[in-house]
Amino acid sequence: MQISVMLNGKKVTEDIKPDLLLIDFVRNHGCYSVKRGCETSNCGLCTVFLDEKPVLSCSVLAARADGHAVQTLEGLQEEAAEFGAFIADQGAEQCGFCNPGMIMNAIALFRENPAPTDDEIREYLAGNLCRCSGYEGQLRGIRAFIEYKKQGGAVCR
Amino acid sequence: MLKIKEYVRAESLEQAYQLNQKKTNRIIGGMLWMKMSDARIQTAIDLSALGLDQIEENEVEYRIGCMVTLRQLELHEGLNEWSHGIVRESVKPIVGVQFRNLATVGGSIFGRFGFSDVLTCFLALDTYVELYKGGVIPLEEFAEMEKDNDILVRLIVKKKPGLHAYLSHRNVKTDFPVLAVAVSADDRGARAVVGARPSKAICVPLKEEWKKAIEEGRCTELEAEQMAKELAEQIPTGSNMRASAEYRSHLAGVLLKRAILALLEERGRQNAD
Repeated sequence: MQISVMLNGKKVTEDIKPDLLLIDFVRNHGCYSVKRGCETSNCGLCTVFLDEKPVLSCSVLAARADGHAVQTLEGLQEEAAEFGAFIADQGAEQCGFCNPGMIMNAIALFRENPAPTDDEIREYLAGNLCRCSGYEGQLRGIRAFIEYKKQGGAVCR
Repeated sequence: MLKIKEYVRAESLEQAYQLNQKKTNRIIGGMLWMKMSDARIQTAIDLSALGLDQIEENEVEYRIGCMVTLRQLELHEGLNEWSHGIVRESVKPIVGVQFRNLATVGGSIFGRFGFSDVLTCFLALDTYVELYKGGVIPLEEFAEMEKDNDILVRLIVKKKPGLHAYLSHRNVKTDFPVLAVAVSADDRGARAVVGARPSKAICVPLKEEWKKAIEEGRCTELEAEQMAKELAEQIPTGSNMRASAEYRSHLAGVLLKRAILALLEERGRQNAD
């Protein structure tokens, strides 16, 4: 079957198998930030935006994305780099494997709620698992980023 | 690994229904549970183009399309204000936002899964399911039916004034519940619903005198504990990797007591307003 997807702002038309998952579709198009983790819809490593909403690309058929917009970290470079620097500053990651999914979902959080409380952060990111850290570094990084944004992007990290 | 030979985005419910009569074809909702299986599907039938992803509201009811996601339920202000937040409470611990942006109400209810928070919550409310061929029937009746090839089109929740509370216990946040409890009181009576026993949720009515005591706010903590104990004794539980039957039965008493106390608190808030 043929599908057309707006992948990171570019229209991609392709013949696919009906059971191709969205994660494989985007990776076939070079979006290697999207990681295959648990494959049980639990870890959040494969997070992409489908029509601006964060979803697990390991659990959606690529066919379902036909006619829709898909964004991966590759399509959010500036936004991701700005926030990612705060995560790096806190030494929040060790292996870094969870980081793209975590950044995608954190960006979704900031778009939905620019000034979340700690509880709201924890709740929103509950579906992003990190097996190296205890999430404290990520939480510090997110707090610092929110403060930076509150000050109009002028706070020293 | 799930295998699908053909994929059809249905253009009408009739087309979806006809396709669904073949045993090897399957309607896909959020697909999250199905994806974990090794099913070999001839034709996957997708209902996402039928406009069933909306929560409609009128004076007497909420009409929740089968393709509405759990995240939509969580964020719907009207539904949550009316239900005193129990709809949000029931879906909030389910994995993560990304998961809840995919999982659908239709998939959760049609599956009649033992672990379903969604089924537990809606059984406590005055809820009906609209089936494409089977018409509108109470959710409680639907929950007892054998699975067939009909299509669950939407849930209908009657906007009756009442008191509602929802609680669940999980070994780890975002995991399946060890036990889920919802208690409600409205003009149909008062009922306790217990899910993840680990079998499918069941409803147990509260005695009329208990309902009256709760509604009139003259129920002590000790009386709530006694009610919870008696209710818990009527709930059959089982064991699985998450908990033993004995633990679940004990937990049922604890959560039911807390839910009854929450109803009393809710009543107090309503009276203060």
